[in-house]
Amino acid sequence: MKTLDARGLSCPEPVIMIRKAMASKDNVYEMLVDNQTSKENVTRYAEHQGYQVTVTENGEEYLLTMKK
Amino acid sequence: METDVKLTKLAKCAGCGAKVGAGTLVHMLEGFKTHKDERLIVGYDKSDDASVYVINEETALIQTTDFFPPIVDDPYLYGQIAAANALSDVYAMGGTPKLAMNIMCLAEKMEKAVVQEILRGGYEKVYEAGAIITGGHTIQGAEPIYGLAVSGFVHPDQVLTNSNAKPGDVLILTKPLGIGILTTSIKADLVEDAVCKRIYRQMAALNKTARDIMVKYPVNSCTDVTGFSLLGHSFEMAQGSGVTIHLMADQIPYHPEAYELAEMGFIPAGAYRNREYAADGVLVKNGITRAQQDIFYDPQTSGGLLMAVPEASAEAYLKELKARIPEAAIVGYVEPMGEWSIVLE
Repeated sequence: MKTLDARGLSCPEPVIMIRKAMASKDNVYEMLVDNQTSKENVTRYAEHQGYQVTVTENGEEYLLTMKK
Repeated sequence: METDVKLTKLAKCAGCGAKVGAGTLVHMLEGFKTHKDERLIVGYDKSDDASVYVINEETALIQTTDFFPPIVDDPYLYGQIAAANALSDVYAMGGTPKLAMNIMCLAEKMEKAVVQEILRGGYEKVYEAGAIITGGHTIQGAEPIYGLAVSGFVHPDQVLTNSNAKPGDVLILTKPLGIGILTTSIKADLVEDAVCKRIYRQMAALNKTARDIMVKYPVNSCTDVTGFSLLGHSFEMAQGSGVTIHLMADQIPYHPEAYELAEMGFIPAGAYRNREYAADGVLVKNGITRAQQDIFYDPQTSGGLLMAVPEASAEAYLKELKARIPEAAIVGYVEPMGEWSIVLE
């Protein structure tokens, strides 16, 4: 599994990125983001698509793991 | 007008979503010495929509400015929306706009015709408001900006601040919410044309009609709902007035398409800044969904007026208002100050 890198992107680009990626309907995705808004928005999108989201915080960055 | 370079692509944040959070602003102004002038009856210490300076017994001067990066790609529409938004602060004080000056920043990639269309949109909206553009100032920069500095007038006894809501008032809102979420979603091509047209029309609509009806009734307090969202502006009204504001979630009008888009995370950064600013003072009752809260924290561009009206006059007022603005609705009520500034129920 590849980790998607949405660092440096602002709303709504990270959500557009995860939306495109989820077209492959995999069971697990990972995404790196570097701001609160992206963390919250990508979490909302993944939950809306039926994924459970866990967030690992590393300084200014967040690793989102999305599992079905 | 179709252009080669999409205006919204030239800007990082859209419209009032670019506004710096209220909490950040308060910090930046900390420690400043306030110079008093007894004629300045509303100043920057009041967190209001505009400043008000009494000239004589009959006349007070209202001054305000508002500008933002492109919220739409059509330059004419952008000009109209930015102007309607800037003029709105005068209406929110109960006044009439008279003079306006352009504030503009040009990005390198903007064609002359695009700039002219933005200005034409602004001119026409200002003219519709019964005011005139007297000049302005334009610079070059990284991102486009357009807006106005507006001066207007009001009778000193009829100034409507955002800090005079009284227990027993009901709250009326004149434009549906969800603009920030929808304009963010437009960037992802997720909004149908008919919906885009509906929200563009709404953003370009002056709050003049609402103001002209409002001044015929004994309204206690008024603000316009813009970058700080319904909850942020209600929070300011509650704190400034020393009351608790109850907002009735299922009575609050919003564009229905915004709900699922909020669930999908198409939420502007400004909504999270607003949440951070106000959340500690907001009691959210059971049954209010996260998406509903996101809509109530959503920054609005050229949003409607939010008015506190004594209950006895509310029915007649709403009836007259709805005849001209069908979306207007009672969204809450005011009680004496309790534990929370806002109760979302």
